[in-house]
Amino acid sequence: MTTTVQKAAVRAVGTGHVRVEGRDKVTGAARYAGDIPFTELAYGWLVLSTVARGRIRDIASAPVLEMPGVLAVLDHRNAPRLKTDFVGMMGTRPDPTCAVFQGDTVPHLGWPVALVVAETPEQAREAAEALAVEYETLPHDIEFTGDHPDSRPADGRMPGVTDKGDLQAELTASAVVVDEEYTTPEEHHHPMEPHAATARWEDGRLEVVDSNQGTSWVVSELANLFSLDPASVRVRSEHVGGGFGSKGVRAHQVAAVMAATVLHRPVRVALTRPQMFALAGHRSPTIQRIRLGAYADGRLRALDHRSVSRTATVYEFVEASAGVARVMYDADAHHTENRVVRLDVPSPTFMRGPGEAPGSFALESALDELAEKCGIDPIELRLRNEPGRGPVSGLPFASRNLRACFEEGARRFGWAERDPRPGVRREGRWLLGTGTAAASFPAGAAPSTAAITAEPDGRFTVRISAADIGTGARTALTLVAADALDVPPEQVTVLIGDSEFGFAMIAGGSMGTRSWSMAVIAAARDLRERLVPGMAIPPEGITVRSDTTAQIAALARMERHSYGAQFAEVAVDPATGEVRVRRMLGMFAAGRIVNPLTARSQFTGGMIWGISMALHEEAVRDPAFGGPVGADLAGYHVATHADVPRIEADWVDDTDPDDPVGIKGIGEVGIVGAAAAIANAVWHATGIRHRRLPIRPDRVLTAAGTDA
Amino acid sequence: MTLQTSSVVTLHINGEKHTLPVDHRTTLLDALRERLDLTGTKKGCDQGQCGACTVLVDGRRTVACLQLAVATEGREVTTIEGVADGDRLHPVQQAFLDLDGYQCGYCTPGQICSAIGMLAEHAAGWPSAASGDVRPAAGPTPLTADEIRERMSGNLCRCSAYTSIVEAVERAAETADSIKAGAPVESGAAA
Repeated sequence: MTTTVQKAAVRAVGTGHVRVEGRDKVTGAARYAGDIPFTELAYGWLVLSTVARGRIRDIASAPVLEMPGVLAVLDHRNAPRLKTDFVGMMGTRPDPTCAVFQGDTVPHLGWPVALVVAETPEQAREAAEALAVEYETLPHDIEFTGDHPDSRPADGRMPGVTDKGDLQAELTASAVVVDEEYTTPEEHHHPMEPHAATARWEDGRLEVVDSNQGTSWVVSELANLFSLDPASVRVRSEHVGGGFGSKGVRAHQVAAVMAATVLHRPVRVALTRPQMFALAGHRSPTIQRIRLGAYADGRLRALDHRSVSRTATVYEFVEASAGVARVMYDADAHHTENRVVRLDVPSPTFMRGPGEAPGSFALESALDELAEKCGIDPIELRLRNEPGRGPVSGLPFASRNLRACFEEGARRFGWAERDPRPGVRREGRWLLGTGTAAASFPAGAAPSTAAITAEPDGRFTVRISAADIGTGARTALTLVAADALDVPPEQVTVLIGDSEFGFAMIAGGSMGTRSWSMAVIAAARDLRERLVPGMAIPPEGITVRSDTTAQIAALARMERHSYGAQFAEVAVDPATGEVRVRRMLGMFAAGRIVNPLTARSQFTGGMIWGISMALHEEAVRDPAFGGPVGADLAGYHVATHADVPRIEADWVDDTDPDDPVGIKGIGEVGIVGAAAAIANAVWHATGIRHRRLPIRPDRVLTAAGTDA
Repeated sequence: MTLQTSSVVTLHINGEKHTLPVDHRTTLLDALRERLDLTGTKKGCDQGQCGACTVLVDGRRTVACLQLAVATEGREVTTIEGVADGDRLHPVQQAFLDLDGYQCGYCTPGQICSAIGMLAEHAAGWPSAASGDVRPAAGPTPLTADEIRERMSGNLCRCSAYTSIVEAVERAAETADSIKAGAPVESGAAA
């Protein structure tokens, strides 16, 4: 057949499209990791430690192996050995929590100590619950304080400390000073789909059907851990029921591979909801001190943002909350510092808006306090402190349309009519207030590969090991490919979630769609050059591959970020302590918006995470037993329908002509600043500052008449 | 004597009869997913806290993870796979699709089944905590956005598509079909 390329009448990018897999999702036809049937499937159930620190003395496998249907009990005495001395694709060493059953040491509560495999899930669960594990218990320390003697500056993904100017001198010389401590609690991702993986060996190749944020990543980790040739490992992850940073390599995939290896049949291991509190990662609590010193007109002379977070004894992850100050505001003296303390807790990890979400709560609350002290409108204060260059890097901003977000947001929200005085608006039993905050999140990109095939029937097939964790990436890439190929989106099929498609960036760091789009556009450009009108397309089609490694290395060094202005109106009942968010508006500057329909969902989803962070989410770890109290969705509250009012999200033009795609990530900027806007609105309603999240009813009540 | 730990049951799912032996411990959720390949019903928490496994049992919203399969014999179960009329989507499904009432899609089958059950409950005159005057003389409670939010709060969506889910349910409620499609609910019965 010859090419009859049908030209697209209009651009696909920028107009709303329903999700290409939407029909499958609303009919139940979409198959997630735990939904895909396998013949001879066996079920694994993880057994987690019930002590917070210690040593395994004995595991009584024998009686459990006699139970009906039980096929195996894997623990540190009989499990395959793993290689853990490597640096993986994300530039980090493997989290020892994932390298299961390699020793008898228990470093935290909920540490995986065994896997029980049986013919049915009921048999596996009962046997796992019957497995007696004897421990030598050692004393543990999980008490997280800002002045813990073991806390130290830590680099993580960015330098631990940045410092310029004479902080003390500038603070002393400042007309107005804010010096406060802000805290955020331990938070958990809890995607609705619990982690699940099925592993099997077929013809000498390992196949894992999984739910993850990047099949390339999981392949590379599993290949390293099991000393396999990466080419002999295939990971598929077609539909993913949410991730938010928690779906990388976890204990369940490794345990499933071990069991499939030992039993020579497919084995599925799913985490239970309570197990996710220990094994899925979490956001560390933070204790942040902010010192701002300003001239009388609000311009900053001194900015000091210090954050302490907590990590495991076996793995270091830094919740880099002070990083946000390196982008948002400059000052004559500017100091930021991320510290970390190792305690006997599970490994924390990236969680939606890592660093920026808790960091912006502290910094944007402090800005509001400074506005109050200076008697300046909080938006005006921020605009007076807009930096011309990166405050720490000194690099130019690729585009920084924060001002437009505030101006358009203020207009739509009705900010001009706002009476700045706190505690003066009453409606029945409710005190009303409004608040605002700024948002930013880095717009990075990482090397990826893509392939596009021109099919003999005139259609195009894109193959890229991208992940759609609910972001709408599959649809976004369809639109990007359609425009790049100059055909209607209906002629494009995008296949994702399969490591066979080659290396690609994960869905994380708000970098997925930007990174993958670069690869798709590059492949489309090359393919169009190959396709001459009227040429014959062979039955196997014509395939072109791209690799953006060189393109990304050549990107000019600049400060690239998404921005936003958050607005919230709250009602506070001083008699019950209840805080209700009545409306929210987020105005964002986030590059070219690929699919307005799904982009709006992502922005509002992030903003609702902000409501949840401000008012509900808090894992309280009991110092005595070392685990979270009420480790389930009844004990750990996330926002539900009744907590969420009408939320409006929109965006301003944000073009960067020098950028190869002009697309920025939008998955995380929506949560940034949202909790601060709500906390600032609570202050405006009541006159009381809440510097400790979440703003629970009891905290509102006990804070009444004081300054929380 | 050996204790009997399994029984042969006949389950009525989406208008079809399935006769199978089930372990007495097997929940309706696991029977659907692991035995009948009806994986549209999702397991979110397995302890009745998230609503992802919501199905309709005799027309009423039920979390399938807290319902034993053996206790479901003789009752009519509707799952997400049985909601559409052939290729024609149920109005609630269509509204979720058109208005992007989801993101990752994992809670979606439960949200849709819950919305269908909820619309029938509302049509049957059941009040909610968001209802104002519930005396019969006050007439039917209008299905406001706040009513929908209150009545749908047993269904968590961690992607937080709540805004568009409520819009989708509002749109579907405008279609008489969606109320008829929910099986009859006895007026005044407790949930």
